[in-house]
Amino acid sequence: MSVSRLFLSCAKPWSPCGAFATQIKCFSNAPLKDQDRIFTNLYGRHDWKLKGAVQRGDWYKTKEIVLKGKDWILQQIKESGLRGRGGAGFPTGLKWSFMNRPPDGRPKYLVVNADEGEPGTCKDREIMRHDPHKLIEGCLVAGVSMGARAAYIYIRGEFYNEASNLNVAIKEAYDVGYIGKNACGSGYDFDVFVHRGAGAYICGEETSLIESLEGKQGKPRLKPPFPAEVGVFGCPTTVANVETVAVAPTICRRTPEWFAGFGRERNTGTKLFNISGHVNFPCTVEETMSIPMKELIEKHCGGVRGGWDNLLCVIPGGSSTPLIPKGVCDDVLMDFDALVEAQTGLGTAALIVMDKSTDVIRAIARLMEFYKHESCGQCTPCREGVTWMNDTLRRFTKGDADPDEIDSLWEISKQVEGHTICALGDGAAWPAQGLIRHMRPILEDRMKAYREKQGQKANI
Amino acid sequence: NRVEVFVNDQSVWVEPGSTVLQACEIAGIQIPRFCYHDRLSVAGNCRMCLVEIEKSPKPQASCAMPVMKGMRIKPDSDVSKKAREGVMEFLLANHPLDCPICDQGGECDLQDQSMMFGSDRSRFLESKRAVEDKNIGPLIKTIMTRCIQCTRCVRFADEIAGVSDLGTTGRGNDMQIGTYVEKMFTSELSGNVIDICPVGALTAKPSAFTARPWETRKTESVDVMDALGSNIVVSTRTGDVLRILPRLNEEINEEWISDKTRFSYDGLKRQRLTQPMIRNEQGGLSTCPWVDALPMVADKLMATAPEKISALVGGFTDAETLVCLKDLLNRFDSEGLCTEELFVADGSGTDLRSNYLLNSSISGVEEADLVLLIGTNPRYEAPMFNARIRKAWIHNELEVAVVGSKVDLTYSYDHLGDSPQTLKQLADGSHPFSAKLKAAKKPIVVVGSEMFTREDGGAIHAAVSTIAQKARLTSTSNRGGEDDWKVLNVLHKVASQVAALDLGYKAGPDHIRNNPPSLLFLLGADEGVVSRENLPKDCFVVYIGTHGDVSAPFADVILPSAAYTEKTATYVNTEGRAQQSQSAVSPPGSAREDWKIIRALSEVAGASLPYDDIDAVRSRMGEMAPNLTRYNHVEGANYFKQAQELAQLAKPKLLDAPLKSSQLTLADFYMTDTITRASKTMAKCVKAATEG
Repeated sequence: MSVSRLFLSCAKPWSPCGAFATQIKCFSNAPLKDQDRIFTNLYGRHDWKLKGAVQRGDWYKTKEIVLKGKDWILQQIKESGLRGRGGAGFPTGLKWSFMNRPPDGRPKYLVVNADEGEPGTCKDREIMRHDPHKLIEGCLVAGVSMGARAAYIYIRGEFYNEASNLNVAIKEAYDVGYIGKNACGSGYDFDVFVHRGAGAYICGEETSLIESLEGKQGKPRLKPPFPAEVGVFGCPTTVANVETVAVAPTICRRTPEWFAGFGRERNTGTKLFNISGHVNFPCTVEETMSIPMKELIEKHCGGVRGGWDNLLCVIPGGSSTPLIPKGVCDDVLMDFDALVEAQTGLGTAALIVMDKSTDVIRAIARLMEFYKHESCGQCTPCREGVTWMNDTLRRFTKGDADPDEIDSLWEISKQVEGHTICALGDGAAWPAQGLIRHMRPILEDRMKAYREKQGQKANI
Repeated sequence: NRVEVFVNDQSVWVEPGSTVLQACEIAGIQIPRFCYHDRLSVAGNCRMCLVEIEKSPKPQASCAMPVMKGMRIKPDSDVSKKAREGVMEFLLANHPLDCPICDQGGECDLQDQSMMFGSDRSRFLESKRAVEDKNIGPLIKTIMTRCIQCTRCVRFADEIAGVSDLGTTGRGNDMQIGTYVEKMFTSELSGNVIDICPVGALTAKPSAFTARPWETRKTESVDVMDALGSNIVVSTRTGDVLRILPRLNEEINEEWISDKTRFSYDGLKRQRLTQPMIRNEQGGLSTCPWVDALPMVADKLMATAPEKISALVGGFTDAETLVCLKDLLNRFDSEGLCTEELFVADGSGTDLRSNYLLNSSISGVEEADLVLLIGTNPRYEAPMFNARIRKAWIHNELEVAVVGSKVDLTYSYDHLGDSPQTLKQLADGSHPFSAKLKAAKKPIVVVGSEMFTREDGGAIHAAVSTIAQKARLTSTSNRGGEDDWKVLNVLHKVASQVAALDLGYKAGPDHIRNNPPSLLFLLGADEGVVSRENLPKDCFVVYIGTHGDVSAPFADVILPSAAYTEKTATYVNTEGRAQQSQSAVSPPGSAREDWKIIRALSEVAGASLPYDDIDAVRSRMGEMAPNLTRYNHVEGANYFKQAQELAQLAKPKLLDAPLKSSQLTLADFYMTDTITRASKTMAKCVKAATEG
């Protein structure tokens, strides 16, 4: 999932705040009712197979949705205000409509990005293991909206059970004729394939995923051409996140107005949040967009370990987003625009909560080691820069550095950011930038302490 | 239909679809780059060419970004400069500081561009990465720590050489270029990766640690290792050829050369004949001064009956020498001038040039839509021609068919078998492939000159010229009946052949076989066509050549001459293009330029040839065959129809023996002539290619 989470759908430069800031309506702050949940088997307490799924309302009147045609579906998605759940938050309806071009003989494909690899994120796997039919139905609906012939679900290799459940569910759907030739009796032919990845974070980047799907090394492609022009096997392709695809049928069934009723303007809908780290009950939960972070943590996770005042900082959207300190967390809303204003991002909505016992430098250094390990090595700034940042941060952990190097690390991260082919470089630079932006005193104290210790040693 | 873009506010009109980098180049601004190469696919991974483009939030890789109407490109802005400086810092972070011992020093892109675009100080405090060196054969030395992962070599191997031996393994900072399993980079074009490597990661093994590029003298010359006449630069220092590099010629070799061209130069230093020699009473050869050797030959020349005098010229003989030798023998009323390489004598034989040229030219392949290769393996007989076919095959959807040995040509083809009867069927139109030939708009038929050395060469020629003539009549460019598109092509194997045939030499030693000579001149004829055994006992053999190879040991007099790097001479390639080699070093010892030896001999023999310098020889050459002095010009040929009709008079019938090329594998490629047989490097290559 990974990087894609962050820039997956950035077909066009997108500035989410600014011009629209004035239009943001007040958030109602009403808790999400059970009947408004889309993922009703998130915790696997019910039957995940077809029978259970149908009981929960999946595959209900799918034929009618398909028969209403692609323009209708696109209209529903556009009106719902759904933004990509992979991390970049590009308006889904707009993205899917890029596929709506005169046919040139090439088949079109929907590729579902199920390579959920972003540290802290565990929402797609819950969908795939406990609600796979939501995803398969979503594939059909999204596929119809694009005129796609087939969907490829690129699932993370480590998700063995999830892939297994998904395959069982696909078999069930084929058997009853929901997909395949004449899907749902609508006359539309649509196939769904599952492709298991081999465990590379970078394969969650959309073009890299396409390469990997084609059997090549997972290395991002240059854009342009964008996948909507030349994608998988050289055909027009849209890569979409599991959650984005899975919510589409429900939006079509329950009307876009219903979906748009949650959250703030331009940040509508419900969203799966993953909260991990120093909270009493880490969990994955569906909530409305724009829920205050504090409320989210207190209500669903039993609060921060040791109380809210014991909070040090939160990484709000998966490891690639910069951390925000407690002061910001107090009243920040969990949506795209509010978090961008707080100089971070919603990303995959995977909160990593750190209390005051955390060695935050080491935490960020560990993340950097992850990026170093997962950088594909294709382009220079990421290959060299991330390694460099990792080496520097490792010394920072001990305090073995000069305070000037903090600025040098900042500059290096800026030299990586925005200079690479894909967004992995950005995703690696941002945690370091967040650390420097908010935790500079901790860094300096550590260095001072180290120097003093060295000085004592020298004196002895 | 050009689009206007602005580079630093300067308006530039460029072709739609060209890249930002090209637009900047048109505006006269050089964008630094490492991974980008004109002739390779765009990788966009070095990020050195980042430039700021107005309205784009991030700097863009200019090598990959297509221009858009009204785009405002700012290659000199602060953002662009800072981006470059940043990338340069990253590239240098893990690059070793071994420039003083690096062979790339002085011609290193990284060195040059870090001077131009880099920062002047370092803040890198971490340890540097080190990478294990790879062994990829006897030609390319790898120092992989220096590699900046631009993947030019990988793309060259995949796209131009057509050998997917190189690739990347590992991720991130552990990414390495290599063959994965240790093996030789098995390509006849492998040396070119040395040129395209922007750093010192891939350097030439044979010339490692010999010289700095600024110490060497560079002489622009042409290659004689095959009949294409690839353009080369000979790097020399103190009379030593240190290395050979390609020189750009879009018509012939683009900017590549084969490994034989590049690395066989060490054969010019070994086994050389440096002193004249005469056979002594003991039957051995002993050195002597020129003043002793020349009169001995002259006496023989004067004393021998004209019909008993013959000459046989080898594959490296230049046109000037051919002219002098012809004039000399003509002075003594002899016409016994033969080339070592055979050609058909039936029909119009070598009388019509269209019979023996690569008529559609090397670059003409790029226009073709169908190539039929007959009895040739261009990959090893003419590697640059094969690379051209591959290029056309990739970019133009060229279709290729082969009659002959089934070999790996680096592209896919229709194999029509290796039976000569196939040619007959193709000629009479009964073969299934004939339909394709007929439908082709721009077909090309290439026949290897080796096929004409067969007993049924005449019949093959007749069949091939019929196939070609039929295809020519149905090609669209000739629907009007005019001679636009030429179909028949002969691919020669040696550099001297076309000039010799242009000058009226008889192809092949038949004349010598039929008229046993008493005096035989061998000019670098070392392919074993004549030997002591098949000559009369009393035949006096004069060997004029460069190497003590096959023929020198049975000569009565040896006159040492100059190799192609040691003389200014004319060679005509298989297309009929006259080109000049330049003298880069002087001949070793008392060796002399070939034409001067013959000129001197003529004077001693009392029949002075009327030219004292190379210009005079060339004006004589111009009298005999004007095309030989029109340098870099392809003198086209015609009369295809007449040649085809005359070819039908060929007496022999097609045999059943399969049409077989003599060079089938890479191991067959390296050692094919006197120079390469004397080359240690080529011997190592054969060993490596054989053992794998």
